[in-house]
Amino acid sequence: MSEQLVTLSRKDFVSDQEVRWCPGCGDYAILAAVQKVMPEFQVPREKTVFVSGIGCSSRFPYYMNTYGFHTIHGRAPAVATGIKLANPELDVWVATGDGDGLSIGGNHLMHALRRNVDLKILLFNNRIYGLTKGQYSPTSVLGQKTKSTPFGVVDHPMSPVAFALGANARFVARTIDVLTTKHMPDMLRRTHDHKGASFLEIFQNCNVFNDGAFDYFVEKDVAADRQLFLEHGKPMVFGAKRDKGLRLKPGKLELEVVQLGDNGVTEADVLVHDETNLPLAFLLGQLEPPEFPIALGVLYCNPAPTYERMVHDQVNATREKLGAGDLDKLFRAGNTWKVG
Amino acid sequence: MDHVESTTSKVTGKLPTEEIDSVVIRFAGDSGDGMQLTGTQFTQATALQGNDLATFPDFPAEIRAPAGTTFGVSAFQIQFASFDVLTPGDAPDALVAMNPAALRVHLKDLPRGGLLIVNSGAFTPGNLKKAGYETNPIEDGSLDGYRLVSVDISKATLAATQPFGLSQKEALRCKNMWTLGLAFWLYDRDRQSTIDGLRKQFAKRPEIADANIAALNAGHAYGETIELPSGMSRLIVPKAKYEPGLYRNTTGNEATAWGLIAGCQSAGIPMMLGSYPITPASDILHYLSALKHFGVVTFQAEDEIAAICAAIGASFSGSLGVTTTSGPGMALKTEAMGLAVVTELPLVIVDIQRGGPSTGLPTKTEQSDLLQAVVGRNADTPLAVLAAATPGDCFTLAIEAVRIATKYMTPVILLTDGYLANGAEPWRIPEASALPKFPVHLRTEAAGFHPFLRDPDTLGRAWAVPGTPELLHRIGGLEKDYDSGNISYDAANHHKMTKTRAAKIAGIARDIPLQTVHEGEDSGDMLVVSWGSTYGAVLQGVRNARRRGLKVSHAHVRYMSPFPRNLGEVLSRFKKILVPEMNNGQLVKLLRAEYLAPAEGFNKISGQPFRVSEIESKIRETLEA
Repeated sequence: MSEQLVTLSRKDFVSDQEVRWCPGCGDYAILAAVQKVMPEFQVPREKTVFVSGIGCSSRFPYYMNTYGFHTIHGRAPAVATGIKLANPELDVWVATGDGDGLSIGGNHLMHALRRNVDLKILLFNNRIYGLTKGQYSPTSVLGQKTKSTPFGVVDHPMSPVAFALGANARFVARTIDVLTTKHMPDMLRRTHDHKGASFLEIFQNCNVFNDGAFDYFVEKDVAADRQLFLEHGKPMVFGAKRDKGLRLKPGKLELEVVQLGDNGVTEADVLVHDETNLPLAFLLGQLEPPEFPIALGVLYCNPAPTYERMVHDQVNATREKLGAGDLDKLFRAGNTWKVG
Repeated sequence: MDHVESTTSKVTGKLPTEEIDSVVIRFAGDSGDGMQLTGTQFTQATALQGNDLATFPDFPAEIRAPAGTTFGVSAFQIQFASFDVLTPGDAPDALVAMNPAALRVHLKDLPRGGLLIVNSGAFTPGNLKKAGYETNPIEDGSLDGYRLVSVDISKATLAATQPFGLSQKEALRCKNMWTLGLAFWLYDRDRQSTIDGLRKQFAKRPEIADANIAALNAGHAYGETIELPSGMSRLIVPKAKYEPGLYRNTTGNEATAWGLIAGCQSAGIPMMLGSYPITPASDILHYLSALKHFGVVTFQAEDEIAAICAAIGASFSGSLGVTTTSGPGMALKTEAMGLAVVTELPLVIVDIQRGGPSTGLPTKTEQSDLLQAVVGRNADTPLAVLAAATPGDCFTLAIEAVRIATKYMTPVILLTDGYLANGAEPWRIPEASALPKFPVHLRTEAAGFHPFLRDPDTLGRAWAVPGTPELLHRIGGLEKDYDSGNISYDAANHHKMTKTRAAKIAGIARDIPLQTVHEGEDSGDMLVVSWGSTYGAVLQGVRNARRRGLKVSHAHVRYMSPFPRNLGEVLSRFKKILVPEMNNGQLVKLLRAEYLAPAEGFNKISGQPFRVSEIESKIRETLEA
């Protein structure tokens, strides 16, 4: 019997496997938040699949009491695409990291987003390779000292959200592992509810190899001034006193921070967030503290038909037009001849 | 004006007809001359005439190589006969050369006295120079000794198509049909199937269809009025004796596609093909993507890795994941094959082998992926490997691959090659109801379940797919505990799991046919062992040698991993073992390693199939050594 009618709780999504992340790792908070929101979705556990690649983040499926597939490095989006194509009824999640999803698996992530396969993709960005013990990743920052860059990183990092937007993703959002009570669960809900490829970047602290990587906008004394929580239809106001806003520089396609009250600037002058505006999403995705706040929330949401739906619509339409496939007919189509 | 020259005296008027057993004809021209179409049309008409046949399309990797160059030459050879045809023939009896480059490349294969038809209209100074001729071979006597028919096919085609108002470029593209018309006349083929095909193909541009048909008819009419070299007859090849039944032509790629569909119907599960375009495998993707009404889902992935990974995901979800590729793609899929082995999911991987290493010879055939298929993965990673012998056998073994994959929960590699993929042969159409049935039983019972619970006979694990209540589980690339399926780093457990995976594949040997000796005695001085597409040439070579009194037998292996369980015993009954392969010695290594058999290799790595004569003389040489 399906579990549809049974009310599930957080505990039902906790597997019997011992969690093996380092104590203090941000991944615990993400796992707890996911397990907390899962029951709300009213999706039977047997219809939920977690797919991952390789890395710390990719141990995720073992800890979820659902179906799960821990695949190979970088390939989770490809495996998940096959799972979803074979059974579109399934709720398919992908857990990946900055190395797994953006370095070795960048190609697959790009194409899963572009095709708009209905996958819920969680990218744990800790700006480091943790499981291989501390080499730099595609999101490590210039100058960052790691095991493989003892004198500092010299290659330029990428922005995961800008990458997703560039790949034509229809849902791009961002949160932080420490925002456990409200923001991260909210973003997980939005990620789940979006039909199509949803991409959620989660800034996640690796307390062993890259501890404090996000302190410059997460620490208590700076957080309010350096975090902008986006809400569709609401002005982009932030700051401990809610007295800062973002607006377009006059005559330029460029954002600037304005102080409300200065020079007659009011909330009415501040930009209003529009989730469906792609150029705006790009601008927001590039903002970096300290000059700007980091943009959190749903940067972009603009649903489109999903890949697996269109694939199966085509299969069904062909069946309707040609009738269900008949091998005898297929073999006998075209030129044949009889002997004896 | 059309002219005919020959090195011997001429015969005018209607030719006598002569009945012969077999004919080998090769059409050669520029890649843009439509030689492959000419060949396939000739093949179709020949099949309908009731001859047995085998074909060999041989074309360059470039889509449109610069016109007139030798590397841009495309050719199509067909052997048709009143007997059981095993190969497209060693050397052509007749060669059609549409330009000097085609003559330059292919004349060396035409025996003296062979029929040579050349398009004199293409023998311009420019084309002669590109082909490396200083003087025109049609005029300088260098073609003495061949039965030469020199016709300005270009001009004759322009004249025939003139009423239809095509541009000169479009009109000239009909010259392959003019040539086909002449060939049809020479070998007494019926034109109707080609005419019907042209009408269908150019339904939206009837003037193109009309022009092509006019060219075809003009070439045929030219035959009626032609002066041909003396000693020539119009050749009649009587029908071959087939087993009774309904027949059609099929290529290896088409048969593979159909076999995969049939196999999934036999298993009662849907198919999901993940594939990335690669020569010479792409046609399977093309065929299957047009057969959506069979419930097939096709996925053109972003790369070879994604193609196999999506197929693995589909298998996890209860479809049969299939991926099709060629050598370089196989290399890229290697890691994912390991994942399918360790997660013990059914998967069919079709490798249409081509010349290598690296990009190698994309359009030429080779059998050099055997070791890659059998052992080419990190760690101890066994899986099943099958190899098709003929285009029709691709159908049979594709079904068998699905059977083994689903019964044993394992990836299966089906090896074919460029020669089988594109080559055609008559195929007796089976009744769908008579195909083997092997329905899959997905696990639904919760009692006692864990994901690596094994069937005690096959050692295949329980297949429980997402969507099944109460069987929630996780699988992955990490080693599993034998008794629970959970992650395990335990030393003894890893040893046991490695042995179990090996035993599962080895056990398939109990479930496949015993190795037979196809031709000749069951024991004796010498056994020739072949695998894959060399089947026809090797069998014919052995038959010829036996007709000359040599004591030699032939065994053809189709199950490459595991081998048939009596293979070692079969080998042990012969003093000498010869293993011809289109590689640098791969099966020979496996036979020596597995059975300590005194096997010797005979290798041809030219991108071309073996000739019967090469096999025959090697047999003699080996016996005499």
